[in-house]
Amino acid sequence: MRTILATGLSFAATAAMAQTPELTIYTYDSFVTDYGPGPVIEENFEATCGCDLTFEAFGDGAALLSRLRLEGDSTDADIILGLDTNLTAEAADTGLFAPHGIETPALDIPIPWTDPLFLPYDWGYFAFMGDASIEAPTSFRELADSDIQVVIEDPRSSTPGLGLVYWVEAAYGDEAPAIWEALADNILTVTPGWSEAYGLFTEGEADAALSYNTSEAYHLVAEGDDTKVAWPFEEGHYMQVEVAGKLASTDVPELADDFLAFMLTDGFQGPIPETNWMFPVVMPEGGLGEGWQSLVEPETALLYSPEEAQARREEAIETWRTALSQ
Amino acid sequence: MPTDGLTLDALTLTQGDFSLSADLTVPEGQTIAVMGPSGGGKSTLLSGIAGFLSPTSGRILWNGQDITPAAPAQRPVTMLFQEHNLFPHLTLAQNVGLALGPSLKHAASPKVADALSRVGLETLGPRRPAEVSGGQRSRAALARILLAGKPLVLMDEPFAALGPGLKQDMLALVDETLRAAGRTLLMVTHDPADARAIADQVIVVEESRALPPTPTAELLDNPPPGLASYLGTSARARSSS
Amino acid sequence: MAHRALPVGPGVAASLAVLAFVLVPLGAVALRAGGAGMPSPGDWAAFRFTLWQAALSALISCALAVPVARALMRRRFPGRALFISLIGAPFILPVIVAVFGLVAIFGRNGWLNAALGPLGLPPLSIYGAHGVILAHVFFNLPLATRMLLSGFASIPGEHWRLAEALNLPRFRFLEWPMLRDRLPGAFLLIFLICLTSFAVALTLGGGPRATTLELAIYQALRFDYDLGKAALMAAAQCAVCLAALALARRVALAPVAAPGLGLPPRLPSGPLWLDALVIAAAGAFLLLPLAAVVTSGLAGIAELPPTIWRAALRSLIVALSATALSMALALLMARTGGRLAEVASALPLAASSLVTGTGIFLILFRLIRPEALALPATIAVNAVIALPFAYRILRPALQQAEMNYGRLADQLGLAGLARWRLMLAPLARGPIGFAAGLIGAMAMGDLGVIALFASQEQQTLPLAMSRAMGAYRMEEAAGAGLLLVIMAFGLFWIFDRGGRDAN
Repeated sequence: MRTILATGLSFAATAAMAQTPELTIYTYDSFVTDYGPGPVIEENFEATCGCDLTFEAFGDGAALLSRLRLEGDSTDADIILGLDTNLTAEAADTGLFAPHGIETPALDIPIPWTDPLFLPYDWGYFAFMGDASIEAPTSFRELADSDIQVVIEDPRSSTPGLGLVYWVEAAYGDEAPAIWEALADNILTVTPGWSEAYGLFTEGEADAALSYNTSEAYHLVAEGDDTKVAWPFEEGHYMQVEVAGKLASTDVPELADDFLAFMLTDGFQGPIPETNWMFPVVMPEGGLGEGWQSLVEPETALLYSPEEAQARREEAIETWRTALSQ
Repeated sequence: MPTDGLTLDALTLTQGDFSLSADLTVPEGQTIAVMGPSGGGKSTLLSGIAGFLSPTSGRILWNGQDITPAAPAQRPVTMLFQEHNLFPHLTLAQNVGLALGPSLKHAASPKVADALSRVGLETLGPRRPAEVSGGQRSRAALARILLAGKPLVLMDEPFAALGPGLKQDMLALVDETLRAAGRTLLMVTHDPADARAIADQVIVVEESRALPPTPTAELLDNPPPGLASYLGTSARARSSS
Repeated sequence: MAHRALPVGPGVAASLAVLAFVLVPLGAVALRAGGAGMPSPGDWAAFRFTLWQAALSALISCALAVPVARALMRRRFPGRALFISLIGAPFILPVIVAVFGLVAIFGRNGWLNAALGPLGLPPLSIYGAHGVILAHVFFNLPLATRMLLSGFASIPGEHWRLAEALNLPRFRFLEWPMLRDRLPGAFLLIFLICLTSFAVALTLGGGPRATTLELAIYQALRFDYDLGKAALMAAAQCAVCLAALALARRVALAPVAAPGLGLPPRLPSGPLWLDALVIAAAGAFLLLPLAAVVTSGLAGIAELPPTIWRAALRSLIVALSATALSMALALLMARTGGRLAEVASALPLAASSLVTGTGIFLILFRLIRPEALALPATIAVNAVIALPFAYRILRPALQQAEMNYGRLADQLGLAGLARWRLMLAPLARGPIGFAAGLIGAMAMGDLGVIALFASQEQQTLPLAMSRAMGAYRMEEAAGAGLLLVIMAFGLFWIFDRGGRDAN
């Protein structure tokens, strides 16, 4: 049944590409938009691989993982690109991924990389993006003591929202509930995803929104706008490291390996900063462009290991929910 | 049992809690007034004959043939309702043309023009019901009945909403068209004058029973008690309104 | 032959298909999970909040609709018909667009607070449970108003004249019986609509206190991969819907009707200033956010990239296909669906489209490539989501047509298609146009399940808009939002107009 339908639907395509191997990559929505990295990376990789690369996009990183779990080992995907380290432990638990086989790659990230299944392709720090006209708080405590109104994302439906919960947890440990309670009157509202939060901020509704410190580069570079700045917090910033992994069920394992290797070269890393607005994991030849130099490098990079993130998730979210439900 | 005309053979009609029995024969070509108190079952009787209501027992025969199981459109019966005799979105000609079959193209048929002219509506075929008077609407409905050519015609107070003058005109028209064509007519009316004017016989419907037809003059000159009190009431009601 | 009940036929099959469309995917999700999940204390809080906000939203929408509909019924003013059409717009507005419109007016830095500031008044906050309810009233007040306007229009002119001649209090003898008849059904309908609120509740709710069941479903499905819990929550929503229907068994869900533009005879009515105030306040509440959407979208709409226009075309195709499918189902169910159609036409209101979409995916993805499924699934889900409204618009219209002209049609032998063509379709033309317009507009703006399936080549306008937002393109997103509003409202207007030209 499936064969008949699939053949019927893609007969023309199959005939034309009988000789061309296909690589299917599942990723998140913003990766594949016209201004995202998808189109240029597809072009760069297809120039060397002699293959047909297809991106399929599903919401955000979490939605991506859910989709993969729904499909299981009958998935069409060869590579999943767009999970972050907060999700990789669960992803590894599915048993659907195969080792990437690349020995301790040389990476320009503030942490050592040892994960055998997943390779990073970009990273950034979570940060509040605020209006440059107001005095920026320098810590969560200072934010809590101010009248500033921020918008955050819900950790139950959004990866930045979850990142913020880990950030507070990693920076404050047992004091996290108290910090959340102190922050409650500074939180204008909680949105389902990054888009709504950031939209409320750019519309002028909120003083700041939880985003990435690289958002500042976007406004400087793409819009020539220096009124929106990332607030450096002295307790350090939680990192987001975005990764890709090869599926064990892939029918083109070598092609998938080629792509993962390509991912750490200029053909992939070059476009990343100004299409995905994150830091590259391997600095491209020309370095970062104008507008990136002014970004403040946090003194402390915070990040839970995938296992720790997985273990802490439920409790951290419950802490957040309880503190903000009062 | 005579085979000519309409026979209601031990018929029982039930509508909710209400039930009506009838066992009677109407000779073909007769004009019958159906009279009786409100709520007595006159409309139920007509609904049953027209086929809108299935009987709980008994049979309906036309010229000896059992028509009880037939759908309304399959019966030798057509009915003029109190209202809603014409579709508001169709012209008079289209409405009349539906008597020839479920298509709007019959509107252009010469038969439709002929039927309209017989009721005095030669020029009004292209108008819609809302664009003509109440009397003209009644005429158009009558034209459809004429064209349908069914031998048995039921009328449920069809002209009650018209003024007395118009009603007389319509009754005269019925007389010179349907009656003259030999159709069998059953007409519900509250007005003894109507009955005297047009009906050969009267069927009294009261106390859940439809009584066999009685010659009009005989009945109205000497009404049974039930009918007498009803006629009296109705006369008083009319004079006070 | 009895005309008390409508004949039963293909509408029963259509009803069964709709029930299956809601329940089978739910079952598929539960089956894959190996059973239902366990609710956590947070889920119980979400359950209570969901019921509470839905009830309050419905109550306030209905309560406010009474003065608005009364004022609109009593007054004639230039542009009245256009005004009634326009204030219906919030109901067909895409959720995310509407939320930004509301924030522009009622937000912390919105127009309202900008006006209050100079007057020395303290700022108002939209965020919190009251913000959720405000948004739900914004969406549903137009619906309730329309239902009541049609209720007022159903009071015969002679009754008004009679009440006047006898000097009877009109409210008590004419308006109140109509309101008592219509309001419970309107309340129930809006309650069910608000039951599945997600983005509104979360964005304006101010925090985790305002968590609804639909968010819990989203979390379970997209974040925790807890299919059992998602199935449990979705089943709870369906159960609430069925319980509400059972509780209100004597209360039919209100028919939704085209606005009663017909006016009762000119009435001596309450003070003019009061009606003017009510109409102006309702107009401001419902139209200012719309104006904000237009204002913020103007800059972006001129520079929309080709992908957005292609997405718009795809959305148009989806909307028209969903309209055709939904109308076909609703017409069959309204005519020959019998009792079953009542339940089948209410359940989609409470169905979680996320669970339905996931279930369809689970059932079909091994048979058909997901990309091939994207548009058909979106069309089907949108058709079913809009069905409750279409059914409620069409059923009374068809019933009325049958009641008035059914015996005439029977006698003329109008059966099957001829009956539709010569009698039902022309007689119900107005409601058919209104229903088609409503479905088309709803389908146009719904983000729905497309996100579960669609690749870049298949994105619809709402999805393209949400993707633009996700890539910092706020101006483009606002432009796309305006385009979406124009298309949704345009589609509604064309269909509704087409239906009204008959009269």
